[in-house]
Amino acid sequence: MAEFRHKHIIALRDLSKEDIELLIATAESMREINNRDIKKVPTLRGKTIINLFYEASTRTRTSFEIAGKRLSADTVNITTASSSATKGETLADTALNLLAMKPDIIVMRHSVSGSHYFLANKINCSIINAGDGAHEHPSQGLLDMLTMKDRFGRLDGLKVAIVGDITHSRVARSNIQGLTKLGSQVFLAGPPTMMPPGVERLGDVTVCATMNEALQDADVVMMLRIQQERQGKTLMPNAREYSRYFGLNPNNIKLAKPNAMVMHPGPINRGVEMSSSMVDGDQSWILKQVENGVAVRMSMLYHVCGGELE
Amino acid sequence: MNLLIKNGRVIDPSQNIDDTLDLLVENGLVKEIGKKLAAQSGTEVIDAAGKYVVPGLIDMHVHLRDPGLEYKEDIISGTRAAVAGGFTSICCMPNTKPVIDNKTVASYIINKARSEGFCNVFPVGSITYGLSGDRMSEMGELKESGCVAVSDDGKPVHNSELMMRALQYAAGIGIMVISHAEELELVGEGAMNEGFTSTELGLKGIPRVAEDIATARETMLAEYTGTPIHIAHVSTKGAVRIIREAKARGVKVTCETAPHYFTLTDDAVRGYNTNAKMNPPLREADDVAAIKAGLKDGTIDAIATDHAPHHQDEKDVEFTVAMNGIIGLETSLPLSLGLVAEGTLTLNQLIDKMSCIPSNILGLQRGTLKTGSVADITLIDPACEWVVEADKLASKSKNSPWLGNKMIGGAAATIVNGKVMYKR
Amino acid sequence: MAYDHTVLMDGAGIKRALTRIAHEVLERNKGVTDIVLIGIRSGGAFIADGIAQQISVIEGGTVPVGAVDITLYRDDCSGQLPHQAVGRTDIPFSLEGKKVILVDDVLYTGRTIRAAMDALMDFGRPQSIQLAVLIDRGHRELPIRADFVGRNVPTSHKENVQVVFDGLNQPIEVVLEK
Repeated sequence: MAEFRHKHIIALRDLSKEDIELLIATAESMREINNRDIKKVPTLRGKTIINLFYEASTRTRTSFEIAGKRLSADTVNITTASSSATKGETLADTALNLLAMKPDIIVMRHSVSGSHYFLANKINCSIINAGDGAHEHPSQGLLDMLTMKDRFGRLDGLKVAIVGDITHSRVARSNIQGLTKLGSQVFLAGPPTMMPPGVERLGDVTVCATMNEALQDADVVMMLRIQQERQGKTLMPNAREYSRYFGLNPNNIKLAKPNAMVMHPGPINRGVEMSSSMVDGDQSWILKQVENGVAVRMSMLYHVCGGELE
Repeated sequence: MNLLIKNGRVIDPSQNIDDTLDLLVENGLVKEIGKKLAAQSGTEVIDAAGKYVVPGLIDMHVHLRDPGLEYKEDIISGTRAAVAGGFTSICCMPNTKPVIDNKTVASYIINKARSEGFCNVFPVGSITYGLSGDRMSEMGELKESGCVAVSDDGKPVHNSELMMRALQYAAGIGIMVISHAEELELVGEGAMNEGFTSTELGLKGIPRVAEDIATARETMLAEYTGTPIHIAHVSTKGAVRIIREAKARGVKVTCETAPHYFTLTDDAVRGYNTNAKMNPPLREADDVAAIKAGLKDGTIDAIATDHAPHHQDEKDVEFTVAMNGIIGLETSLPLSLGLVAEGTLTLNQLIDKMSCIPSNILGLQRGTLKTGSVADITLIDPACEWVVEADKLASKSKNSPWLGNKMIGGAAATIVNGKVMYKR
Repeated sequence: MAYDHTVLMDGAGIKRALTRIAHEVLERNKGVTDIVLIGIRSGGAFIADGIAQQISVIEGGTVPVGAVDITLYRDDCSGQLPHQAVGRTDIPFSLEGKKVILVDDVLYTGRTIRAAMDALMDFGRPQSIQLAVLIDRGHRELPIRADFVGRNVPTSHKENVQVVFDGLNQPIEVVLEK
């Protein structure tokens, strides 16, 4: 039987196909707890989890917090507004101070890619990545894959279109790493200004010239958030034109397979990445993604607690 | 004190010498090179059998951090690292605090190096006052106070008109302009080379074209004004091609590269290794191949280290927060000898690029073992094996990507102005 | 097999034992009213199916059968053993006021039963919990005993008792491994 032997979950790139399947399988079992009247199991009783968020994120932080609490862990939230980060303390010093409080797991979001590896070299508790720069967002990748598995019962052979700013998207990277390991084919579309070089070498990944090409016969259409403050003035003319060429609407969705899943990691810019009718329509699995987020994060917390050093 | 170096393989590209010879040093000058020279009484004899005896190595691109940033390096520790690496002369860049843009700072460096340093130090003054990029510094006074070149190294002179005028003005004075060729808008917040590795690591990339464009501008300004220019730390295949083409047109352009650009690719960044973070960033395999080709065909004139010491607190941080730069003085020689071992360069070419040519570019009156010249001599042991260890490095800073790596070859002895300043 | 093993029960013997347990459950509880069977994953869940089948043969109709996975309730979770996948708990009905027959294949230290009872309590307040096991091999570490036992087998700690299931999850034999 598969066992999870990692102390940290920093990137899906670091995990094997079996590791990812195990995390998803456990998440499927965890989901049952979330439907009980008493939504709590004693598994992580006495464990302390610090949610250390250097970037604002209500959704991910809340999801990790609920996941920890449902497993009976004590969870503490530290966000930049209430931490020493604004006082110029280094990440290493902050972590060492937190470590003095003896946490078992630190769940961190940080704007610098790779900062979790830096942290893992400094401290001895488990680290879970809740998003680092443009690198990875493994819990989002896993919950997306769980949601796809809910719909199709498998990930092998799925055709997944990911549309938007791939360069700056940690969601895209985690999905690409995870999906290609599990046998899905990934098709990317976005303005060439938002397509990172060599991305097709990450796995079974095809860079498409147009959005229509990516949508063709897709089982899953995943739209990425456009952050207008980030894309700035140089990556695209404006949201209006972006939406014209890379927005999902009732017309171009017809290119995908009938009943293809529509996904979005949120928060959504309605009318930019996708029209409201797509967000709220029958093909939208967006709320299911959020729901699966808690189960996936319970699975991650549970498995790192039992991990051995490789 | 006189020195007789016996039985070494004397290699002096300036005289086309490559033979087993003896070399006599008297009063700090090269007195004689020949077979079976006899030692007078009181002459120290060094047996150099199995060693190369070459004109003292010159590193034309070093950050000594003194004055102002002595917690990273100072003139004493930096010159000690230099002689440990076989260098008898180094040129120090002006991005100190205060900047080398006036006689006082230049004199401070020269005097401190003379009284307390281990090797010759030639300061490089700034092109623009305070490295501000908006008005020329007093290049005449800088030259008179001992500066051998001007550069705003660390950043480009963004204003093309100012750069053109600086080239013209410097040529009038007779001082070389060293360009840090980089188009800053294209660099942006980039932290490593833009390519597959940056895509996988999710780090913002610096496209190679940022260096290529700036290199092209510099060669065209030099061509238009008919003045010389030296391009620092060439790292891309595009820059090599542009410089090769400019040289073919007769442009008075010279350039240097650094050992990390012909030994490492951006793969070294994996693991978010801040000791593989520098500017220009480590590039890709085809760039490394182009750099080697450029060294081989003479497009790249010199090897310099861009020795950039940083304190541990500036490197032991998240990747994008970490400062750019690595130390290089103590690893340059073995890494460069690798070029000879693999057949990219002949030994003669290597010594030319590490001594004679840098001296010629900057007019240092060194880089030769001709009779009567200053006795700056490096004895190279091509076979010694050693491991790069932080606590054994002479440099104050330990930001090297080669920590823990085995090196083959190094300085056996470093003789500056006729005095043995380092012995392995 | 590299080590000794003795067959303690064959398929027919297991079926007879389950039939007897079914009768005892019905006798003790005076019929099927309010009875639910909950098997402990994985072996106990298959045994629970077997008992439920016998009950419906004897009494007609069906009794609700659920399954509980006790991984998340284990008392050794805080150790450093690598965690395996968590099985699914499947109790699609309320336990409020029910007579729960908790079913496992082998009763040993009692720790699994303790964990299973904790899990059941999170699904409501049953009227009673009774324990049915195919094999009781002794060596209890907690004050737990079975109400219905297929067979008592004295064992040593070094031995292992294994219920073997076929591809359709039907028990085919019980073996003692030394």
